[in-house]
Amino acid sequence: MSNIEESKFEVQVDPVSIAPVNPRLKNFKDFYGRLRKNKAALVGLYVLIILFFISIFGYLDTIFGFTGVNSNATNLAEKLQKPSAEHWFGTDHLGRDIFYRVLHGMYITLGVGFTATFLAAIVGVPLGIISGYYGGIIDTIIMRIMDVLLAFPGILLALAIVSVLGGSTFNVTIAIAIGALPQFARIVRGSTLTTKNLEYIDAIKALGARDGKIIFQHILPNIMSPIIVNTTLFIATAILSAAGLSFLGLGVQPPTPEWGAMLNDGRNYMYQAGHITFFPRYDDRYCCSCI
Amino acid sequence: MTQFIIRRLIQLIPVLIGVTILVFSLMHLTPGNPAVIMAGESAPEATVKAIEARLGLDKPIHIQYFNFISNAVQLDFGNSIRDNIPVFDHIKARFFTTLELSVWAIIFGVFFGLLIGIISAVRRYSLLDVSLMVVALFGLSMPNFWLGLMLIQYFALELRIFKPTGWGSLEQNVLPIITLGTASAAIIARMTRSSMLDVIDQDYIRTARAKGVKERVVIFRHALKNALIPVVTIVGIQFGGLLAGAVLTESVFAINGLGRLIIDSILQRDFPVVQGAILVISVSFVLVNLIVDISYRMLNKRVDLN
Amino acid sequence: MKTEINQENILEINDLRTSFFVGKNEVKAVDGVTFQVPKGKTLGIVGESGSGKSITSLSILRLIDEPGKIVGGSINFKGEDLTKVSMSRMRQIRGNEISMIFQEPMTSLNPVYTIGQQLREAFKIHQGLGKKEGTKRAIEMLELVGIPSPDKRVNQYPFELSGGMRQRVMIAMALACKPELLIADEPTTALDVTIQAQILELIKELQEEIGMSVIMITHDLGVVAETCDYVAVMYAGNIVEYADVETLFEDPKHPYTVGLLNSLPRHDIEQDELIPIKGNVPAPDEMPTGCRFAPRCPHASEICKTHPELTETKDGNDVRCWIYTPDWDKEEVSVYDK
Repeated sequence: MSNIEESKFEVQVDPVSIAPVNPRLKNFKDFYGRLRKNKAALVGLYVLIILFFISIFGYLDTIFGFTGVNSNATNLAEKLQKPSAEHWFGTDHLGRDIFYRVLHGMYITLGVGFTATFLAAIVGVPLGIISGYYGGIIDTIIMRIMDVLLAFPGILLALAIVSVLGGSTFNVTIAIAIGALPQFARIVRGSTLTTKNLEYIDAIKALGARDGKIIFQHILPNIMSPIIVNTTLFIATAILSAAGLSFLGLGVQPPTPEWGAMLNDGRNYMYQAGHITFFPRYDDRYCCSCI
Repeated sequence: MTQFIIRRLIQLIPVLIGVTILVFSLMHLTPGNPAVIMAGESAPEATVKAIEARLGLDKPIHIQYFNFISNAVQLDFGNSIRDNIPVFDHIKARFFTTLELSVWAIIFGVFFGLLIGIISAVRRYSLLDVSLMVVALFGLSMPNFWLGLMLIQYFALELRIFKPTGWGSLEQNVLPIITLGTASAAIIARMTRSSMLDVIDQDYIRTARAKGVKERVVIFRHALKNALIPVVTIVGIQFGGLLAGAVLTESVFAINGLGRLIIDSILQRDFPVVQGAILVISVSFVLVNLIVDISYRMLNKRVDLN
Repeated sequence: MKTEINQENILEINDLRTSFFVGKNEVKAVDGVTFQVPKGKTLGIVGESGSGKSITSLSILRLIDEPGKIVGGSINFKGEDLTKVSMSRMRQIRGNEISMIFQEPMTSLNPVYTIGQQLREAFKIHQGLGKKEGTKRAIEMLELVGIPSPDKRVNQYPFELSGGMRQRVMIAMALACKPELLIADEPTTALDVTIQAQILELIKELQEEIGMSVIMITHDLGVVAETCDYVAVMYAGNIVEYADVETLFEDPKHPYTVGLLNSLPRHDIEQDELIPIKGNVPAPDEMPTGCRFAPRCPHASEICKTHPELTETKDGNDVRCWIYTPDWDKEEVSVYDK
């Protein structure tokens, strides 16, 4: 939403110079161009990519043990220590090293965010395209269902779903994905409607192209950039929701070092050691700056 | 205008039906027989049957749904499994706490959001603008439960200015309101700023200046009223979201609100309470959105034409 | 400069320079503009879009938005230099002594206030009129500019009015306090041809009634011929020719003016064909160091690589062109490729 780039002296890109470019390349450029205009989103994307690699390292570490630290092993002798050279972020109430728990928990938190967003996109995009492309009764039905889902604000839908399915990493992912569906379906539907009415789609139809071909070869490439931007932006929201659910004790269950769950664990000991609650979020804050 | 309101009310019907179906199915989608879950695994069959009969679970599903709706319309959501008190009494006691928290949070959000947004827009591209927007970005990115914990840490536990838990007195209320309102303030600030910047470049602002209108009047009379139109929508959406966002805040500050009621009930598998509370929140949310839509219409008379 | 010696000028602009600052770049939108507006007369400023004519007019009322700035020169209005007066004095002048009508009637009125509220504001600021008296005056003004059933219109919102009606409202608002100078920035460009004539006629009538001076900014030479007493032709931030309206149309001097007139269908002289001016106005960062029209000029030669001054010719036109100076060498061939 940064307006600095939107100064009226901005050089307008000559539409003719874009025209001959391969549509996929154009879409990537379009996407990158949009993202670059939104500096916050761009920074967020970079941070996400970096965190993604750190989280992969964290994940591999839990399997292969490069660092030789078991972040779930308790050591009551060292509980609730302040940050030090040995324990960078200190230790929690069971003497577990918070730095390693943050590191090892990262892939879970990020994983839920990425997976949920991905699932929402996989289901939401076709729904949106069908709704926008075919219109009529199908459109009405799909969009009414999306309206119903939208009637549950924020985390409430995920709560309702988790209350049915029970709390686990998988269920939280599903719950967040369902919550994100309407957003994807609506954006995709809107873009599809715009694209569908372009003259060249009419021309292709007049040539006798089948719906499937039109959708995959002509509509999908055109609506890729809003989809990608929305996906990028939603990952952060998904991460927040996942952490929120775990924090409420309804998501990922202890002792898995998920960040939200760690916060929930830590808050009971805040009085003695504030660092426990501070650090698990410290990273997350940056990773969510891409909203 | 009346026509528009009627049309929106009619559009509401399928949504409300969908919402009730979804809430109704909560209990039935749960793996296992709800009566068994309520009675406990080892309960004798007679007890289970009795519960089934009491809840109407032995009747066909569409009858059950019909009963659910006709009761819900009369604000009867059944009795809590935990203490057998009517669900509505549970909700009634806590609904106003949540509402109060949300209203204060949105007031906080609107006040600081508008203030920061306007300052940023008026001093655009200045150091002040950039710093305010960076702060807003952080406000937006922080999970509110983390913010709540940090506030408790510093203001309640270390500085001891406010109380860490509860709701009712001033020293209890300040931190939850900030916690819940910060994200809204940030969103409103960003929206106000960009909306103001759009408006400030409009021809009619130049017209006002050409008339000899004072700069302060240009900003607050000519620009702000136009800039508020998109902001009102955001505020409405935010307010609805706050009702749900209160879940986390209430949990952090141990406030006995609707959100906490839902969490506790989920953890204790008290389905009637979960159903009732979720229904109340989502219906309130839908109604808030309706009111926003209508007031948007009234504010922006031009929409009428299209 | 050609104005009758004993004529009183209401506005004298001297070497006005207005620039826009984008990053470290300075874009000189108005670069040394000088002209006078005689009292009670109409001065037309003509030029293509981007020539700086609108910026000039906005500079007079100091309405240039960031990142634009008046960097030099003086704007003398009734003995006061408008570039130096305080902001509060400026506000007294705006809408009261100098008014302005803008190009876009569709967007120049505030959509969330009624016509009456917007008109009343002018009366309130400059004459301290209350709501009742203000509304009465607003209705009078609407009637004056020929809006039917003004007592009804006064309570309507801009979106309920057509473009022509809105421009009339703009005019009513501009004339509300009987200004001594009206700046009309392309007042008819966005309107239908039939409405254009009505609006121009209206401005002319009201001008005679109130006795104000007018600066008419336009790219349409037809409008100039119809309404103006004097004409300043602007090109790329400079005035290239200044003359009274008959002189200009009968005997244009600057190659750009000639080009403009040749690209226009005319009824007063015989024409074989319309000749468009080649090329475009140069971008601000590609501005030639010498005569700015030289790259498009059919007569350009070596000397045009230095900047010509605005000089008076014997026929009464002020022209910024080497051709009308003693330094011009007729034999020299063009150095610019065409």
